Amino acid sequence: MTEIPVAIGGFPADPVSAPTQWQTATVREVLRPTARLVILRLELTQRQQQYAGQHFVVRLTADDGYAASRSYSVSSAPEDDLLELCVERLSGGEVSGYLYDVVEPGDSLEVRGPIGGWFVWDGSVPAVAVGGGTGVVPLAAMLRHASHLGVTDRLRLAVSGRTGGDIPFLDEFRAAGATVALTGAGHRLDADDLRPLVDGAQIGFVCGSARFAEALSSALVKSGMPVGDVRVERFGPTG
Amino acid sequence: MTSFTRGFGGRARRERDPRLPPGQYDTGDDWPVLTAEVTPHFTLEQWNFTLDGLVDQAKTWSWAEIQALPASDYLGPIHCVTTWSKFDTHFHGISLDVLLDQVTIGPEAKFIMATSTSGYTTNMGLDDIRGGKAWLTWEFDGKPLHREHGGPIRLLVPHLYFWKSAKWVNRITLMHADEPGFWERNGYHDHGDPWLEQRYQGD
Repeated sequence: MTEIPVAIGGFPADPVSAPTQWQTATVREVLRPTARLVILRLELTQRQQQYAGQHFVVRLTADDGYAASRSYSVSSAPEDDLLELCVERLSGGEVSGYLYDVVEPGDSLEVRGPIGGWFVWDGSVPAVAVGGGTGVVPLAAMLRHASHLGVTDRLRLAVSGRTGGDIPFLDEFRAAGATVALTGAGHRLDADDLRPLVDGAQIGFVCGSARFAEALSSALVKSGMPVGDVRVERFGPTG
Repeated sequence: MTSFTRGFGGRARRERDPRLPPGQYDTGDDWPVLTAEVTPHFTLEQWNFTLDGLVDQAKTWSWAEIQALPASDYLGPIHCVTTWSKFDTHFHGISLDVLLDQVTIGPEAKFIMATSTSGYTTNMGLDDIRGGKAWLTWEFDGKPLHREHGGPIRLLVPHLYFWKSAKWVNRITLMHADEPGFWERNGYHDHGDPWLEQRYQGD
């Protein structure tokens, strides 16, 4: 019998995620930077301890009681007075479509969070973070948190999208010195891109579509990151 | 607390399938992948499965030993906490009852912790994995389970949200008291019944 290599690392994660309840948030700002992205800035009545990388659930309820809820990553730093969510409008997405098409400042939205204690970074250790498409959203929260703490040197970033317009917050990532790969221009992130970022990093984050996350989590390991130090967030179509 | 959302008509409500638990939608032919760690590589020949904890004697089965036991199938839905459900799935594997029948379970055993080769853990009640409710499974729709879906072998507990169906499972530990596993420490419910919408701690 051959021993299976065990990739444990941070398992189990620290219990940082406290129980949460639904609350009604007020929409303060709505930005639609592209034809597919909407950024909602929400004022919450109750804020709990929040970490960069976590997500919130948004619930829509019709007048007949029909409800639909989806999880969205937070793009704002924990220090932000408002909670910012960045949502990609998916075709046929009953929640993302509503958030893009209908929501206006002054509206109320039911939300719950923050949720997740695994894909989080508190700025205390050097990290490498890799995001594809809207998978960069939790990385924006990490970058903004790092800026607030004055430790942007601890966060090495690589972001990818078909075009620049497919990468939310691209200007902020560029300004922070992120490696930017545009697959439409023939640049697909691989281990060679990541190797210079991994040196000295104690934790790695990969967020994106299932295919992206699979490829880049393997690339991170190939570039020298111990498998147990890699934390992955995959998302599929969850309109 | 429920308030109506301005202008939200809920376009799916008219053709809502009664097989869908509250807050779920039908993902159709898709099968979204959600895992928190790097996908492990191993073969079934390298793998074995252990039942330990509150049993008279811990027992470990090799893949060859598992294959020699009677197999069984699951036909039905699966429900993910991220709100997708998938109907008419067909998994092939072995009922956990067959394995549990080969050990003597301590009368004080009430809960279990499932552990994967990746280090992933998830907790459940012992009664959630016996009585025809749980399997070790290695085939989906007649084909070997794909790695990203937990292949070569995973736990299947379809009456609970799917994070309980630990991918790459290789150990189940019987316990007296409930202890949170990986997602359960990270905000998700200890039981996870989709019909009761037990998604998060506090539900």
